[in-house]
Amino acid sequence: MSRYLGLRIGERDAVIAGIGRSKVGRKLGRTGLSLSVEAALAAIADAGLSRDDIDGLSTYPGQFDASPGMSPNGTADVQDALRLKLNWFSGGAETPAQLGAVFNAVAAVSAGLANHVLVFRTVTESSAQTATRRASVVGSGSARVGGIMQWMVPFQAVSAANWIGSYAQRYMHDYGLTREQLAEIPLNQRRHAQLYSEAIFRDPLTLDDYLNARMVSWPLGLYDCDVPCDGSCAVVVSRADAAPDLKQVVRIQAIGSALTGRNSWDQRADLTETAAHDCAPMMWARTDLKPADVDTAQLYDGFSFLTITWLEALGFFPQGEAGSWLSAGESRIGLGGELPLNTNGGQLSGGRLHGYGYLYEACAQLRGEADGRQVEGAEVAVVAAGGGPLGGCMLLTKDR
Amino acid sequence: MTLQPLPSVNDDTAAFWEGGVDGRLHIHRCQACRVWFHPPSPVCPDCLSLDVAPESPSGRATVAAYSINVQPWIPGMVVPYVVGVVTLDDAPGVQLTTRFVDVDPSAMAVGLAVEVIFEQVEDVYLPLFRPASEHAEGAAI
Repeated sequence: MSRYLGLRIGERDAVIAGIGRSKVGRKLGRTGLSLSVEAALAAIADAGLSRDDIDGLSTYPGQFDASPGMSPNGTADVQDALRLKLNWFSGGAETPAQLGAVFNAVAAVSAGLANHVLVFRTVTESSAQTATRRASVVGSGSARVGGIMQWMVPFQAVSAANWIGSYAQRYMHDYGLTREQLAEIPLNQRRHAQLYSEAIFRDPLTLDDYLNARMVSWPLGLYDCDVPCDGSCAVVVSRADAAPDLKQVVRIQAIGSALTGRNSWDQRADLTETAAHDCAPMMWARTDLKPADVDTAQLYDGFSFLTITWLEALGFFPQGEAGSWLSAGESRIGLGGELPLNTNGGQLSGGRLHGYGYLYEACAQLRGEADGRQVEGAEVAVVAAGGGPLGGCMLLTKDR
Repeated sequence: MTLQPLPSVNDDTAAFWEGGVDGRLHIHRCQACRVWFHPPSPVCPDCLSLDVAPESPSGRATVAAYSINVQPWIPGMVVPYVVGVVTLDDAPGVQLTTRFVDVDPSAMAVGLAVEVIFEQVEDVYLPLFRPASEHAEGAAI
């Protein structure tokens, strides 16, 4: 951990002062800006602030037209729609994954560049999907692809399902994980979605349903892949001593933003590991809290296997032992279990809000507002997003 | 044209993408410390020497990970097909994402010996991999 010695824990300067969500669903037929504004105004009001208080704006990955519905709008139209007078703003994809926009906001607050940063993430991937056009297929419609995608896409490895499916298969080969054990992740998320009226898929899901569903990219089947949706989440990151309502603020105990491994989807020496295995040690090095202190985990499940990489990297079980750990099922990761996981249904059943659904849910849990799915006495939550070379995580605590 | 995009080729990557015209892989190697590295770049990632150049390791490789793709992501795609990652037997530390050809998906396995075979599309020679032939395995005889 010596690489982290001497670093100031600047994230303690900032808090999450407010949270907001737009309507979230399938084919809402609304523009990204409409959803962004709904979430933004909700978060600002929730924080007890007014539009004029917002002096910073941050988003991920900024306006992004290469993948349909991935990010229909960036900072420019949100700033202009709300006529925000900004001291600082940022929107882009080259950050420690989705939560990088939050880390940027925290850094801006800690550096004194802004007092109240509105952070948002908006998707319209459900509306963008048609019979011939799928969301999240890299390079759709373009003739040539550069950057790190050029090493995969020309070989028809066009979807993250192909890349992450490969690593899931390698994990199965190395450690004996079975599809029945992997199924515990989507089955858990569906149980939780049934408790949450805002989740998208709420019908009961059985192991037979899971095993009999169509295959997407072996070993990942339909229920291992998250649900494209339309929606927006927003939070307000404020200077700790400037948040209006200290009773509801969520503290940022520690951030993990490291990428010490290769910035590549296929060059990591151990293909069962991801950026999660770099981020988690950094996060734990910045706090005295331990994995055993975590009351609830809200971990990326864009694909079920990625949740395993986060659980393992964060130290909830030793490397390779996902299968036996998950076999405990509901008593392990269910609402009444030892580590309630993705209590809003995750992205697998709740909708692919691309990282920010977890952040919203973790805050709701710590504020005691998760009606019908509340983790009793939740004081410490871990939030993580990303897969492959993308990763970022945060340890959040209830204000005390 | 292929259904999926081809790589955009530049001076750093031309040897890798276009070099297969001679039927061989072209992988960057430091001329000072002799380490192989990929993707190609103008600097050795180990000793930072700028004296780097493509060389040709054998086309033998070993399957490190794979996924049998069933979803037709782009209209017209023929499925199933198998993609994955190989480690090059004679260029330590180099891994390539690829598509596997001439293989029954049910015969795929981590550790399977494979060999390179190129598919030309426009200016690009895509390094695909197929199960290693007797000849390749017995090349030392």
